[in-house]
Amino acid sequence: MATVLPPPSKRQKREEIERTQTQQDVAPLLATDLGSFKANFVDSDGNQMADVVEINFADATEKNVSALLNTLLGRDPEDFTPYRFRIHIPGKDTIIDQYPTDLLGLLQKHGVTNPFETTITLSAEPQAVFKVHAVSRLAHRIPGHGQPILTCQFSPISSSRLATGSGDNTARIWDTDSGTPKHTLKGHTGWVLGVSWSPDATRLATCSMDKTVRIWDPETGKPIGQAFNGHAKWVLGLAWEPYHLWRDGTPRLVSASKDGTCRIWIVNTGRTEHVLSGHKGSVSCVRWGGTGLIYTGSHDKSVRVWDAVKGTLVHNLTAHGHWVNHIALSSDHALRTAYFDHTRDIPETEEGKRAKAKERFEKAAKIQGKVAERLISASDDFTMYLWDPANNGTKPVARLLGHQNKVNHVQFSPDGTLIASAGWDNSTKLWNARDGKFLKSLRGHVAPVYQCSWSADSRLLVTGSKDCTLKVWNARTGNLAMDLPGHEDEVYAVDWAADGQMVGSGGKDKAVRTWRN
Amino acid sequence: MPQNEYIERHRKLHGRRLDHEERARKKAAREGHKQSENAQNLRGLRAKLYAKQRHAQKIQMRKQIKQHEERNVKGKPAEKEPSDPVPAYLLDRANPTSAKALSSQIKSKRAEKAARFSVPIPKVRGISEEELFKVVKTGKKMQKKGWKRVVTKPTFVGPDFTRRPVKYERFIRPMGLRYKKANVTHPTLNVTVQLPILSVKKNPSNPLYTQLGVLTKGTIIEVNVSDLGIVTASGKIAWGRYAQITNNPENDGCINAVLLV
Repeated sequence: MATVLPPPSKRQKREEIERTQTQQDVAPLLATDLGSFKANFVDSDGNQMADVVEINFADATEKNVSALLNTLLGRDPEDFTPYRFRIHIPGKDTIIDQYPTDLLGLLQKHGVTNPFETTITLSAEPQAVFKVHAVSRLAHRIPGHGQPILTCQFSPISSSRLATGSGDNTARIWDTDSGTPKHTLKGHTGWVLGVSWSPDATRLATCSMDKTVRIWDPETGKPIGQAFNGHAKWVLGLAWEPYHLWRDGTPRLVSASKDGTCRIWIVNTGRTEHVLSGHKGSVSCVRWGGTGLIYTGSHDKSVRVWDAVKGTLVHNLTAHGHWVNHIALSSDHALRTAYFDHTRDIPETEEGKRAKAKERFEKAAKIQGKVAERLISASDDFTMYLWDPANNGTKPVARLLGHQNKVNHVQFSPDGTLIASAGWDNSTKLWNARDGKFLKSLRGHVAPVYQCSWSADSRLLVTGSKDCTLKVWNARTGNLAMDLPGHEDEVYAVDWAADGQMVGSGGKDKAVRTWRN
Repeated sequence: MPQNEYIERHRKLHGRRLDHEERARKKAAREGHKQSENAQNLRGLRAKLYAKQRHAQKIQMRKQIKQHEERNVKGKPAEKEPSDPVPAYLLDRANPTSAKALSSQIKSKRAEKAARFSVPIPKVRGISEEELFKVVKTGKKMQKKGWKRVVTKPTFVGPDFTRRPVKYERFIRPMGLRYKKANVTHPTLNVTVQLPILSVKKNPSNPLYTQLGVLTKGTIIEVNVSDLGIVTASGKIAWGRYAQITNNPENDGCINAVLLV
C-alpha cells in the first residue's frame, strides 16, 4: 500500500494561503534586462531614414526591427515592406551582412564593450514584398527536340510560355502549364544559339550558327519578315532595345557575332541601322542598357560601350587578361520584363507602359539618387570586374577575385544588391553588388557550373551544371535549398521565370524540363 | 618478395632522411655527368643496352619538344564546324568531352533492354584447371603430397592481400604475373586511358578463377574511372565501372580492356 502523506501542518497551510493571495514577483522569471542600444537606420545609399531610436536588445529580432522601421516611416501594417539589415560595427569598417540571433553577443565579439551607449548604424535593404518558393519537383519532362537544347528563356509575361533553341536547327515554344509543345519555329539552317523574347512579349528573336537572326510571332509561331542577313559568322547573342527607349513602336535589336561585329537591326524592316565594329575577336555577349548604351564583351579581352543611337564607341574597358565570357547589367531583370511586374496590372496605354517600364528601370539602376547602371564582366582570367561606365568611365569599381577557374556566367540579382557568378571551378559565388565584396561560396556541384538564374525576389538562386543536376540555393544563408536531379546529361540552359512560378532547363539529353514548387 | 608497401609506410611514419632534398638535388645535378661517363666508358653488352635506352629517351624528348613547338604556334586553327551541338559559351573551347561522353552513352545504351547484358566478347575459350595451375613439386613434403598450385596466368591481387603461412598456402600467385593497371578503351570514342584495376568481377571460365583474380581474355574487371569525371544521374562522381579484357595478357604482358557501355 502506498504511503499516505501526513496532512499539511498549520504553518504549511498558512503559507499556501499567503502564496495564492499575493501577487508573485515575475521580474526574475522574465528575461533579465539586456539593456538597449540606439539604432540609426540608413538606406542603402547611406541616407538617414528615421530618427535615432532606442531598442531593447531583448526585442531586437530582425522581424521586430523591420516592423519598427516600417512604423517609424509611417506605413500602414498592410503596406509593411520586409527589410534586411546590415550592421555597421561602430568605429570600424566592418559590416555584418547577416543579422544575428544574438545581437548583443555579436557586438561584444566585435569589441564593442559598452553597446548600451553607442549608436549602431543599420542599413536597411527593402526585400521583395512577394516571396518565391524554391522549386522542388519536376513538373514536366517534354521531349521534342532532336538535338541538345542550347538556350532557353521564359516569356516576360508569365511562366506559361518557354522558348528554347536547339542543335536540331529549330526553336520551340512550349506551353509549360500543360507540358505540351506549342509551336515549332523552323527556318534556321544551323543550331539555334540564342532565343530572346522582346520586352513586351509580342516577338521572339532567335540567332543561329547559319549567320542569321530571325523574328517570330510567339502567338502563331509564324516568322515575321525575312531572316536578317549580314553577319559573316555565327551569331552568338542577342539583346532587345529596352521598352522605354522604343521610338514609335519600332523596336531595335542588337546581335553579337563571332565575326567581331555587332549589328543593330530595325526589327520591323530588317534594315541594319549600325554595324558596331572594333572588336578584334568573337563577341561573346551583348547587353542593351536602359540609358541607351550597348555593352559588348569579346574574346579580344575587352568590354566596349557603344552609343546605340549614333553607333559610336563610348568607352573601351580593357582590364581583363583573357576572353570575356559573359557580361550582366544591374538592370537586366527590369529591362527584360519591362512593364510586367508582380502586381500584374498592365497599363492600358502605350505611354503608360513606357512610363512604367522607365520607372522600373530607374528603380533598379538608381544608386545614391542617380541612375548608375552597373556592369559586371566575367572572364577566362578567373576574375570579374564591376564597372560603372556612365559615371566612372573606364575605371573599374571593383575587381572580384576568388574563382579558381574560368568564370562562365554572371548575373545580378533582380533587386541589384547581389551578384552570382558561376564558373568552371564547380562553385557559384555570391558578391555584394555595391562594392564587389565577396560574400559566399556555394559549393555542391561536382562539375563546372554552366549557368545560374535568380528568382524574382532575389532570395533564391538556381544553378545548372555539367554534373546533370540543378541546385537551388538560399542566397541569404548560402545553403542548398533544393537539389534537383533528373537530367540525364549536362544542363546547358536554365531560366527562372519572371513570376517565380517555374524553372525551365534544357541540356544535352534533348528534353525540356520544367520544375516547380 | 616484398610484402605490402613497407617503404611508403616507413616514410609516412618517420619521414624522409633530413638531407633527402639535398641528395636528390645533387643526384639530379650529376645526372648529365653520369650519362656522359656511361656513354663514353661502357663496353660490350652494357654499352649496347645503354645506347638503346638512350636512343629511346632521345626519341621521346624530340617528340615532346615538337609538341611544345606546335602548341606555341600563334596561327589560327582551322575553322571547323563542331560536330556536337553545344551552347554559345562552349563554342571555341577545346573541351575534354571524352570522359563525359562515356556516361551519356552508358545511359542511352541501358535504355535498350536487349543490350543490357551484352558484352563485347560474348564467347571465351574455356581454361581448364590443368592449364591454369601447375603443381608444386619442390621440397621434400611437397613431392609426396602435391596439393600446392602455382597460377600460371596473370592475376590481380588486391592491395590489402597478405600471403598466408607457407604451410597453408594452396595457391601461389607469382609476383611477376600480377597487374594493377589496365589500358581501358572506350569503344566509340577510341580513347584509351590507363586506369587502376579495382577488382575482378567475373572470370567466365570458373568461379574459382574469379576468386583468385585471374586475368584472362573475356574477364570482367572493375576499373577506377574517377579521374575521368564521369557523373551519375544524381550528380555524384562515378567511381568504378566495368570493363572486359580483350587481349591475352599472358601473351602480351599488358592488360587491354574495353569499357562496358
